[in-house]
Amino acid sequence: MDNVELARSLFGTSMAFHIIFATLGVGIPFMVVFAELMFQIRKNKHYAILAKRWTKGFAIILGVAIPSGTIVGVMLSLLFPGFMAIVGQVIAVPFQVEIWAFLLEAVFMSIYVYAADRLSPLLRIVSVFFVALGASASAVLITDAHAWMNTPRGFDLVNGEVVNVDPIAAIFSPSLYTTALHVLSSAYMTGAFVIVSLAAYKLLKQGKSKEEYDYHNRALLLGLIVGGALSLFTALNGHATAQMLHHYQPEKLAAAEGLFETTDYAPLAIFGVADPETGEVKGGIEIPWALSFLAGNSFDTVVKGLNEYPRELWPPLYIHTLFNIMVVIGILLIGLSFGVLIWRYVLKRTLPRWLLRLLVSSGALSLIGIETGWIFSCTGRQPWTIYHMQLTKDAATQTGNLGLLFTLFVSIYAVLLFLTAFVLRYYFKRHPVSKDLMPQPHITEDEGVGTNG
Amino acid sequence: MAESSIAILLVWTLLFVYSILGSVDFGAGFWGMVYGRSEVTNAGALANRYLSPTWEVTNTFLVLVVVALVGFFPKAISMLGTALLLPVSLVLILLLIRSSFMVYAYSSKKYGKELTIVSGVTGLLIPGLLVAVLPISLGGFIDIVDGVPILHFGRLLASPTLWVHLGFGLSTELFLSALFLADYSKESGDRGAYLLYRKAALWLGPFTLFFAVITTYTMVSEAYWIVEAIENNVLWFIFSTLAFVIGYTALLWKPANGMPGVPRAAFTAIIVQYAFASIGYGLSHLPYIIYPYLTVEQGFTNPNTFRALLVSYVIGLLILGPAFYLFWKLFLKDKRYLRQE
Repeated sequence: MDNVELARSLFGTSMAFHIIFATLGVGIPFMVVFAELMFQIRKNKHYAILAKRWTKGFAIILGVAIPSGTIVGVMLSLLFPGFMAIVGQVIAVPFQVEIWAFLLEAVFMSIYVYAADRLSPLLRIVSVFFVALGASASAVLITDAHAWMNTPRGFDLVNGEVVNVDPIAAIFSPSLYTTALHVLSSAYMTGAFVIVSLAAYKLLKQGKSKEEYDYHNRALLLGLIVGGALSLFTALNGHATAQMLHHYQPEKLAAAEGLFETTDYAPLAIFGVADPETGEVKGGIEIPWALSFLAGNSFDTVVKGLNEYPRELWPPLYIHTLFNIMVVIGILLIGLSFGVLIWRYVLKRTLPRWLLRLLVSSGALSLIGIETGWIFSCTGRQPWTIYHMQLTKDAATQTGNLGLLFTLFVSIYAVLLFLTAFVLRYYFKRHPVSKDLMPQPHITEDEGVGTNG
Repeated sequence: MAESSIAILLVWTLLFVYSILGSVDFGAGFWGMVYGRSEVTNAGALANRYLSPTWEVTNTFLVLVVVALVGFFPKAISMLGTALLLPVSLVLILLLIRSSFMVYAYSSKKYGKELTIVSGVTGLLIPGLLVAVLPISLGGFIDIVDGVPILHFGRLLASPTLWVHLGFGLSTELFLSALFLADYSKESGDRGAYLLYRKAALWLGPFTLFFAVITTYTMVSEAYWIVEAIENNVLWFIFSTLAFVIGYTALLWKPANGMPGVPRAAFTAIIVQYAFASIGYGLSHLPYIIYPYLTVEQGFTNPNTFRALLVSYVIGLLILGPAFYLFWKLFLKDKRYLRQE
């Protein structure tokens, strides 16, 4: 691999690692807000226990999310110094405001976790709301920088020098709204489906008390409603995102769909492999006219094909597969959540075990959807770092040693993934929900995630 | 004042605040490890009680420093980013291990001891490594080859100035955190822990001063310019030393109520000491960010972005000010939190 590829691999792996924790860091507090609200409305202590236990899990996840976020933030400057030189001059504000949002989250997270017993119910809700708000705002602001990379505005490059800087135009680049909504709603959806997974897993286990089943059913229902609603929203917004691509990044849409020739009545190819030699998608299913409709809401919309662009500026063609995985997972999750909701609450039938098993997979599926979506969006912009402005090879570092660092970071990520899963499991095994559900609240010495004093 | 001067002042202030917060944070992790398992003293538990709610905020400050540098001095970050790839990557790895193992340790009693050792030791190394950026910025270790800044890692490792800087970072970290925790234990009314941290601070104080003085004598020939500049700004360093003397002796004052030392006065005076020294050092460092390749003026961003950033700072402070006040009241002031058993 050359230096550029190594830099991209190292950064991509770090992002892929961070995204797991960052997404859950946005999605879980969103669910905690719902649980806290339900507790205030229904006064059922199950919701308070749900909020408490989710927060514990979230606190552990945050222990990895924060330093891994620090890593990707700093690594941008280390691996893509050419890119950051432009970023600093044009789109520094969202990075800066992201820090404010993050400080807000960190401050209220500590307040919510370590001062919970000293807070009034109102202040409790306010603090968990600020945690969720800070997390969501961070996601939006970082996405803002990502949106700007796809649809850069607010500056000109003259002989390699940045001129005519307009920070406001850079912040409100055309793809900001659709992209930010897509990231937010898919993160909320993932948080909800991870809850669904855990609840379904617990419901599969035999020999629990009725109260425990009720408790897990409440979690399942809350997760399914939030997850179902947001997966539907994500899909609708994904449609808007595709139209944004049609408008602003036609070669990315063409590569996503494996379309080589510009045409109206363009077909939508599902699965298969885009073959640059024959100029078609091999082994896929074609839905006639559908791509034109997707891109412009009418069948005679002309969709640009890859052949309009010089081949060295094509995005890699495997993004067709990434795009398909993301879309198929999204559709599956909509079907699954609404199917189960109807089965359980309209038809009033009990959930068979095979359906619960399917639900267990929803969290992992959702995370895979998130990962493929991000990789699609970032590799789909290649060979550009800043679309039509800066090539990745001009942005990447020219220092050596990347191979060593790549090995080092990847091994640490692998170890930490394993350890985090182990610690989460260990913690919740030692603190089973049956203890929390017991009538007298007893306080064990090692109750908190926080204090070991 | 020129806009670039305002910007470097802001970055320097953030760096100063982080160096204090980071020293206390990483140092507290170390003390928590040392005293954590002791049956006789509560000192470890106290360090952890401070650390639990604050480490996330402190960590965010580190990112704030980097982001401020990216926004205000994008050319500096692109040069530093290239040159410092290896050392900063090491810091990042240590940081990742430190934070995650700290949270793991909180979550698992059984393996707590081993996990705390990992987070305590990695945390101990981080400030030392961060301080290593200082000698690098002074010249002699970066060459620009074909427009690409290259750091001579071997030359750096072989140079005594690096090790003295590391010693300075390490002793400062331990000294500041011991001093802070002495004050924190007194606020919590824990006499035993207080005396322990006071003793540690008394031992460590002279080392910080020793290393600070020694650094100027170990500078490589390329960095002599800063020694001369420091001599021109010597007044700040005299004030700084005076503040140290006041702060250090404050630990020995005997107020009427019996417990020796006034840690609040000591900590305040030592912060003033570091502030004076930072101002003197900062003034001596001007106009360079990275000697001799980049001055403050050359690295500065464009005025439009600068103004947009300033607005974001004002808004950020307005929103975060009350939040920080609440935070401070709940964790550094509230007796119910400080005195829990």
